[in-house]
Amino acid sequence: MDLSDTLFAVFGGIFAVLVFASVIGAVLKYRLASDASHSVIDNLNARINAWWAMILLIGGAIWIGKGGVIALFAFISFQSLREFISLTHTRRGDHRVLLWIFFFFLPLQYYLIVIDWYGLFSILIPVYAFLLLPISASLGSDTTRFLERAAKVQWGLMICVYCLSHVPALLTLDIPGYAERNVLLILFLILTVQSSDVFQYVWGKLLGKHKISVAISPSKTLEGLIGGVLTSTAVGATLWWITPFNPWQAGLIALIINIMGFFGGFVLSAIKRDRGVKDWGSMIEGHGGMLDRVDSICFSAPIFFHIVRYWWVQ
Amino acid sequence: MALENLAASALCVFAKLLTGVRAVWRGSVPDARQRVYFANHRSHGDFVLIWASLPPSLRRRTRPVAGADYWRASALRRYIADRVFRGVLIGRKPSRHQANPVELMGAALADGDSLIIFPEGTRNLGDTLLPFKSGIYHLAKAHPEIELVPVWIENLGRVMPKGTFVPAPLLCSLTFGQALNLTLGEARDDFLIRARESLLTLAPPAE
Repeated sequence: MDLSDTLFAVFGGIFAVLVFASVIGAVLKYRLASDASHSVIDNLNARINAWWAMILLIGGAIWIGKGGVIALFAFISFQSLREFISLTHTRRGDHRVLLWIFFFFLPLQYYLIVIDWYGLFSILIPVYAFLLLPISASLGSDTTRFLERAAKVQWGLMICVYCLSHVPALLTLDIPGYAERNVLLILFLILTVQSSDVFQYVWGKLLGKHKISVAISPSKTLEGLIGGVLTSTAVGATLWWITPFNPWQAGLIALIINIMGFFGGFVLSAIKRDRGVKDWGSMIEGHGGMLDRVDSICFSAPIFFHIVRYWWVQ
Repeated sequence: MALENLAASALCVFAKLLTGVRAVWRGSVPDARQRVYFANHRSHGDFVLIWASLPPSLRRRTRPVAGADYWRASALRRYIADRVFRGVLIGRKPSRHQANPVELMGAALADGDSLIIFPEGTRNLGDTLLPFKSGIYHLAKAHPEIELVPVWIENLGRVMPKGTFVPAPLLCSLTFGQALNLTLGEARDDFLIRARESLLTLAPPAE
């Protein structure tokens, strides 16, 4: 199949699933809660609508091309970083640092994908931002909680920009026999990891008994974790035909990125609990913020990128 | 008048885009009752954000109270303060040449308008809420029928701290709290402390 046929097949499949889900959601709403609000059903429908929005955005970006995909993830990084820094303690002396991360390091990181300069892409934030940002902060002459402030800004930049930028960076990998098809790797990553979030939610609602950590997340259960990760690993394996992997490789990789994705949500939940908030933001009505939606991608994207780069790129 | 409305809408849209501001009404609802909104003060943009967060019908009847020294300093500021926001500009240093601030605010209330005030009296650059100036007490005493609504502004001081020119794109939020009135025979200092506490309860927990 050539690329456009494959894309039609994948998006056709996604649309079919979403239409099915929307119909079920509407029927449930009609049958069980036509005039009252019902938190579980309303939440389910809101999640389905968020999926529609996400798929249409990604589809639009792919249709525009490489630039569209890079711009979409740059925007997602920008919004996530905004949410992260807004809930982080910084002081007046950090104002320059904030301008550097939003208006210099974030655009540059994504520009390096555009010009395909992997060497600098891989060290810009872990080395150069890491060294230059505390210098800028020190010029603010405010020592109060200095190390803590520097560490938190760097952490937010790593998660929201560096890690997320590995999604569009998949477009730059040169895989023999897979030319021009790299955008399908992005679809594989997103569909696998995001469906894992959905299946964890579904299995948790159906069978969930043993909470993994009440302190961190009251809704994450062992049954949800195992059921969700295994189900979406099966989803990943059945998507092998859009990837350069064979079925068992696709399944194994899906398993790894699903586990990483789960812990992405888990770690960011721990930070939210510590800050006493339920969601990072309120961008999507009833849905929290951008970072709530992409936390699992942040943790899985770099690992997925490295697996593909190490074993499939020549 | 059309130009002023356009400028006001443009400023509101800009403020909302820049700060992604979210208004949470906790303990009061946005209705047409005449009110005095009082908020913490970190930035010259504070009243713009409160104003932008009100429903458009309330905006037209709500006037910010701002320092005359800053807002009369240039033609553009005068235009924004006088025409666009219909601000009540008061001198911060008491002098015989200027009208009494409480009387100026009272005149606006007598016209049926609501007010936005910053009882710390000045932009606060520290980490804690400053003690309130007594103006809010005199206002409450002169107009006991009008309810006072605390509004906590979170993060706007970080978007553009004093002395900076480029805003950082952080998210801001406004929390509107439960209204309060001066109770019969309440002493000035007791009321000022109670009003300050009602604002502090809206602040997110300190890190």
